Amino acid sequence: MDSEPVLELSGISKRFGALIANDNISLALHSGELLALLGENGAGKTTLMNILFGHYTADAGVVRAFGKELPAGRPSAAIEAGIGMVHQHFTLAGNLSVLDNIMIGTERLSLLRSDRSAARQKLAALSQRFGLQVEPDRLVGTLSVGEKQRVEILKALYRDARVLILDEPTAVLTGLESEKLFATLKGMTETGLSVIFISHKLAEVMSASQRVIILRSGRVVAEKRTADTDRAELAELMVGRRVTRPVKREQPPGAQVLAALNVDVVEDGRKTLDNINFSVRAGEVLGIIGVSGNGQASLGRLVCGLVGASSGTLVRDGVETRRFSPRSLVKAQTARIPEDRNAEGAIGEMSVWENTVLERIKNSRFSSHGLVNRTACKAFAADIIGRFDVRGGGPDTGTRNLSGGNMQKMILGRNLAAAPELIVANQPTRGLDEGAIAAVHAQLLASRSSGAAILLISEDLDEVLALSDTVQAIFNGRLSDPVAAADADAQSVGLMMAGIWGSADAA
Amino acid sequence: MRLERREGTTFALIVSAPLAAIAVALMLSGGLIAIAGANPMDAYFEMVRGAFGSRLSISETLTRTTPLILTGLAAAVAFRTRLWNIGGEGQLYAGALIAAWLGHSIGTTVPSPLAILIVLLSGMVAGALLLLGPVLLRIRLGVDEVVTTLILNFIVLLFVSMMIEGPMKDPLAFGWPQSVAVGNEVLLPKILERTRLHAGLLIAVAAAVLIWFVQSRTVFGLETRAAGLNQKAAAFAGVALGPTLLGVACISGALAGLAGAIEVTGLKGYVTLDLSPGYGYSGIVVAMLAGLHPIGVVITALFVAVIFVGADSMSRALGVPSFIADVIVSISLLTMLVSLLFTSYRIRR
Amino acid sequence: MIEAVEILATASLWDAVLRIATPLIFGTLGALICERAGVLNLGIEGIMTLGAMVGWMTVYQGADLWTGLLVAALCGAIFGLLHALLTVPLGLSQHVTGLGITLFASSLTYYVYRLALPVASTPPTIEPFQPLDIPLLSGFPFLGEALFSQTAPTYLAIFACLATAYILARTPLGLAVRMTGENPHAVEAQGLNPISIRIGAVVTGSALMAVGGAFLTTATFNSFFPTMVQGRGWVCIALVVFASWRPAKALLGALLFALFDAYQLRLQHVVDQAIPYQLFLMVPYVLSIVALIVMSRRAKVPQALMAPYRKGER
Repeated sequence: MDSEPVLELSGISKRFGALIANDNISLALHSGELLALLGENGAGKTTLMNILFGHYTADAGVVRAFGKELPAGRPSAAIEAGIGMVHQHFTLAGNLSVLDNIMIGTERLSLLRSDRSAARQKLAALSQRFGLQVEPDRLVGTLSVGEKQRVEILKALYRDARVLILDEPTAVLTGLESEKLFATLKGMTETGLSVIFISHKLAEVMSASQRVIILRSGRVVAEKRTADTDRAELAELMVGRRVTRPVKREQPPGAQVLAALNVDVVEDGRKTLDNINFSVRAGEVLGIIGVSGNGQASLGRLVCGLVGASSGTLVRDGVETRRFSPRSLVKAQTARIPEDRNAEGAIGEMSVWENTVLERIKNSRFSSHGLVNRTACKAFAADIIGRFDVRGGGPDTGTRNLSGGNMQKMILGRNLAAAPELIVANQPTRGLDEGAIAAVHAQLLASRSSGAAILLISEDLDEVLALSDTVQAIFNGRLSDPVAAADADAQSVGLMMAGIWGSADAA
Repeated sequence: MRLERREGTTFALIVSAPLAAIAVALMLSGGLIAIAGANPMDAYFEMVRGAFGSRLSISETLTRTTPLILTGLAAAVAFRTRLWNIGGEGQLYAGALIAAWLGHSIGTTVPSPLAILIVLLSGMVAGALLLLGPVLLRIRLGVDEVVTTLILNFIVLLFVSMMIEGPMKDPLAFGWPQSVAVGNEVLLPKILERTRLHAGLLIAVAAAVLIWFVQSRTVFGLETRAAGLNQKAAAFAGVALGPTLLGVACISGALAGLAGAIEVTGLKGYVTLDLSPGYGYSGIVVAMLAGLHPIGVVITALFVAVIFVGADSMSRALGVPSFIADVIVSISLLTMLVSLLFTSYRIRR
Repeated sequence: MIEAVEILATASLWDAVLRIATPLIFGTLGALICERAGVLNLGIEGIMTLGAMVGWMTVYQGADLWTGLLVAALCGAIFGLLHALLTVPLGLSQHVTGLGITLFASSLTYYVYRLALPVASTPPTIEPFQPLDIPLLSGFPFLGEALFSQTAPTYLAIFACLATAYILARTPLGLAVRMTGENPHAVEAQGLNPISIRIGAVVTGSALMAVGGAFLTTATFNSFFPTMVQGRGWVCIALVVFASWRPAKALLGALLFALFDAYQLRLQHVVDQAIPYQLFLMVPYVLSIVALIVMSRRAKVPQALMAPYRKGER
């Protein structure tokens, strides 16, 4: 690159407790460039960008924007220097309007009156120029995820950002929306903006970026011009070793284990699932694919026994019901892998043994007459720790001290310990690194071979296609008709994820 | 400078937290004592002597400890499930009022031990019922129980005032607002001759041990702890949040109600509006200082009782207003909160 | 029966409504400002008690009434700062810390009062605020007595409510406070410091609470006695919910409460002993609970209320 870098990070290091998140990282971004920061979950990408933007303070290293050093730990300085950041978890207030969300922090706090009409005009001009349409008076809470992201980008542009950083921007978008986003970003770089986007998806890195920097375990392991590399090379650089995901073998399915017939779910007065139908048979994986926020959470709660159907029927082993309960599901050999490990799957302040037995505590093996049999509980935990290779502690360890991957192994272990008949796995590999993902996949496929019916809810297209026998897309609370995974490809499923499927109301 | 979560907490750290908190509270309060013109060291010495100096003072301290153990347990049990029961004072008075009414009217219809049992149980039921309302409002409508339990304290006190000036007024009390007295057959036995110390202390300590057992060894205890730490995860594991919360509310309210019933049957014999010098509120401090541990509550209740009993005699000796006791206790609540933070966090530059 | 209705037509009732409402307006407004920034301040009861004593004591020591209010506000601000430091940068439980502040502020109040006046058996008095004589308006029949014979702090309370409503809705500072109560991460991402905004809001709110307390001893009554705040702080916390966190509605809510309170006081004289007076005294407390129940489903809670914010932690 011939031009002066607009942004330069040199020697950035950051430690969290024992974990080294960033280890002496240096990189530069040039004017008009579209740079991808590629790495697995936990590689340190987000930490690095948070340091750059001033959310975190680095232990060592400096950030320079347009040749000037940025003071550490001050987002206001980064904004002033022309850096804008679009966080993965949007930093928006749902109860306030789009205009409020964009104006916050743009005016001196001592002003006696906000100049809202000037702000409105500036916002309209920006929307026009970059093709990012928003309604300034809508409450942000009523916007779709795609619209929220537009507000986030406009927020940065409104502050005259010359450098835009996007953290996993496509995590919540459909394929079509993602393509549109990258087209917009490309247009921006043509007008002189520079963009860094963080991603762990090889396809979008290959198609959208001009240059890619690969992070692994907190270090820069390689830097490539996108034109000079390919997916296979990037994958190997990103993971650092050859991790092969297990491959599914064909086997004939058995009897129906779980089914939903015309089920509606209403939560907080809102219909979150709309007339859904599905059926899972023994020895079969049904993959529910969809972009985040289309009803997966509600579906997870329904099949995990936390909410009931407001109409329609659930069938388990031929028995019809409106609602399962967590304890009856566990009793009926149902493994439940929750969507959010930290919020639902485990209680950080409790010990590993308490977390392994909590959902089956009323089982006579673990308690009698209301008294906990601690010896049996701890033995069960020790067994799981051994069999499922949970590292980082024993039965009495505080669960908070386990890493994400080990916590997931503990959750898998308590569920799979006694050959389950049905497995509900909701985003089972979210946030895990490649090694842990392969391990989870292997466990699920092993259960499938031994005859378990598996309902897999996931946002990861590759995962769903690799593991499933049958695929259904979820969009806006509705489920598509099932298609055989063997007949599906990324493109056809991508359309289904955007709500476009042959039957019924495709409009 | 920022706070960073510790990887684990050691037992030594847990025990030193309240000690550090109390030390800092005594230091800060020492400044206030000095402003009053007394030497803080002398004052604290006087307080210890006032609380432990004689057989009588020891018995007085233990008598004070009794209701504090119970209201402390009431708060500790509730807080552990993140149920903010600040209504201990009202529940105490509700228990006391029922105890006085039943204790007065039960007469000799039943044998004495049974009568005592009935009176104490009714006090517990009254306390539990009083807390059920706010807890149901929280479960059903999401109404913050802190405000409702606080406000109920005022309503209950007005109700008590109405009863002891009206239907339950003692006609022999020379017009003082005072309830009728309970019969001799429901009075708790004394456990130290020629003092006011009564069997209530044994009941309170037994309650602490029982609560400890329930919390650490039973399914219910495990479930209540899970519900308090992480509602979502507990619900996912099949803990029925509503019933668990109601169960905890019953225990918490009953303990505070029991405190009131014991004050009436063990100590006063009747209800007045100064039956409790804020035991319900002090119980919150007792519970926090104990890190919500039931056995710890017994120890910290004793500490708070020492402060109160000691401050009275220190005040007489040195002329420092006895409100200093409330000041020490409230400061130690705040310092305890800070030192609890440092058992799970450390400062990192 | 007729007498009970006639009370409503007396000018003195409406005069009393505004007087009774004033401490509630200050307290509710103070609590509202704290909560809009995301901090529940249960220190209110103690801070009002402190304000009552300090305001009175300052005047008793020879200062003028406005200085009394100012010193009360300052002391309230200091205790607000303590609550804010514990709950915002340290992220301690807002519930328990607030109660701790209440216990600490009230016990310190009583201690200092006893220290300054060791032997006062009947509380000494001061010359309190007098009703303002507003030219033309005060002389107006009925309305003059009902609405325009108030002391100056009452008008200040109403002005403070309107000013807060304007600041929250129309100024950059107000937007920053609202956003901090909704999502402090969004505030930080835009270069502002949510921690200092929260601390500022709690300090300001607490100063207003203390002024509310001081009104009791410098206008409603003319002396200080323990427990005089009588749960008004808790009523204010309920009123904030009732007002859906909006200053103008808080003003209306406080007035409505005061109306019930003033009315029950007069009704007591009418029914005279037939109904125990304690039942009348329960009215404001029962109303607070009713208000909480009625608004429970409708109120728009600030999304980050009671959620501690730590930089670099989600």
